[in-house]
Amino acid sequence: MDWLAVSDAEWTAILLSLRVATVAMICSLPFALVVAMLLARGRFWGKTLLNGLVHLPLILPPVVTGFLLLLLFGRRGPLGAFFADYFGLVFSFRWTGAALACAVMAFPLMVRSIRLSIEAVDRKLEDAATTLGASPVWVFATVTLPLIIPGIIAGMIIAFAKAMGEFGATITFVSNIPGETQTLSAAIYTFTQVPGGDAGAMRLTIISVIISMAALIFSELLATFAARRVAAQ
Amino acid sequence: MSLTVETRHQLGNFSLDAAFTSDGGVTALFGRSGSGKTSLINIIAGLLKPESGRVLLDGDVIADSDRRIFTPVHRRRFGYVFQEARLFPHLSVRRNLAYGRWFAGKSGWGSDFTRIVDMLGIGHLLERNPSALSGGERQRVAIGRALLAAPRLLLMDEPLAALDEARKAEILPYLERLRDDAGIPIVYVSHSVGEVARLARRVVVLENGRVTASGAAAEVLSAPAATLATGRREAGVLLEGEVEGTDPTHELTTVRVGRERLRIAGVSATAGSRLRLHIAARDVMLATTRPVEISALNVLEGRILTLTSDEDGSVDVRVNCGDATIAARITRFSRDALQLVPGRTVYAIIKSVAIDH
Repeated sequence: MDWLAVSDAEWTAILLSLRVATVAMICSLPFALVVAMLLARGRFWGKTLLNGLVHLPLILPPVVTGFLLLLLFGRRGPLGAFFADYFGLVFSFRWTGAALACAVMAFPLMVRSIRLSIEAVDRKLEDAATTLGASPVWVFATVTLPLIIPGIIAGMIIAFAKAMGEFGATITFVSNIPGETQTLSAAIYTFTQVPGGDAGAMRLTIISVIISMAALIFSELLATFAARRVAAQ
Repeated sequence: MSLTVETRHQLGNFSLDAAFTSDGGVTALFGRSGSGKTSLINIIAGLLKPESGRVLLDGDVIADSDRRIFTPVHRRRFGYVFQEARLFPHLSVRRNLAYGRWFAGKSGWGSDFTRIVDMLGIGHLLERNPSALSGGERQRVAIGRALLAAPRLLLMDEPLAALDEARKAEILPYLERLRDDAGIPIVYVSHSVGEVARLARRVVVLENGRVTASGAAAEVLSAPAATLATGRREAGVLLEGEVEGTDPTHELTTVRVGRERLRIAGVSATAGSRLRLHIAARDVMLATTRPVEISALNVLEGRILTLTSDEDGSVDVRVNCGDATIAARITRFSRDALQLVPGRTVYAIIKSVAIDH
């Protein structure tokens, strides 16, 4: 059973992947909520354009997305320089860049899930809340938000899963640096590129399956719980 | 309290151009579906912004398109009871009821809560989820929720329309108590003559987005069929009387209308209380001699005032029976066979069970 022993380097890759996926999921949530709200409810010029832009990472080859990120958020890219100068936040060849790549790739999935749940909210309930004296912000906080919680949870889990599996955009944008940007997928890829790396690839594959299954079961549990709270009328 | 509403609004092919005033109590907006009742009440609530118009309550300008005033819905403090209860599915009944409290900013809330919960008989439902309530219970909770937001005006859009007869009968007494006890002016949308007859002080009749009649309930509801937008099926007269007493063995209540006495079935009213009766013209028979040995309990002697023919072969006959005028719809054939002319003495026969109250 020696081959099952996970080395330190592999642990690093696993923990890094978890960190990258979690940060990607949490940081993109507020943006996804706003964009989903705009797409579901907004009536403005350029809505189709926004919709297309959000879905772009889903359609483009991941390598292209990674390259575009490199152009925009690289150290000399317009946005990269801005974040580095004003926030001290560097993306290129850092784990933060991996998180950004994963967030961008998972964004359309999260927006889609939240948008569908917003569209399913009965707006008559929101009208009722308004007539009871709730301002639009309160209506959102006390009626809309509780009713879309299942959609938000589903969106977060699917974004997390997508981020765990992200490979193309990440490796293009931040490369494959052990301990900094080498995620689970990249580590498996590296193992398959060297002779005798099969055992290592197998170990990480098993761990990857376990994490994915755990996320799935967790999301099912949460969804059941949320659905029970928001029982249909 | 006074409410003034004037509005003009275009919705596709439908144009709404209506105005009415109310001085408190229950004002019924009455008309067929599609006559613009719901649009009008949504304009009062602020859920629909009309192209032009005004809403005034007690001298406060709530909305005025000329002066570019438009108070947002959540600052109007107009309670709204919708056709479907629209309870929040993620909150318990208690928290649904309490929803408006956050925004009403009113002291003495606890006593209001108890009083309103008692009045609506929903005390035993507080910890339940809306999905576990019957239709009638949901609607009562919705009424309580609107009242607990301490509204200045209560809007009700066919609150009983989605319910079956039994549930309607269950809620109507609560609405009467609400009208008599709460002291909040109510605008009540309905297409049911029975409900309007029972609740409203004033009636505004809408047809195709226009007001075709308005005034005191007894006048408007007793007007000849043609002015009533609901269709002639429900046309009739509205009488107001005083309950004299109840015969418990037969469950019959005697109501005095002027000098006449009417016996009606299935009412629970205490002696001395006022009661409104709606008698549909189609439920009234006429005879030229006093009928004997018939099951109908109310036979009123009177004189024919007018006869109005309709295109479909029916005739509306108005009969003055002392202090009450009764309308009867009969066929042209019967008119000719009985030789009915104004001034002739006839007997109006009304089945006790046919009277709406």
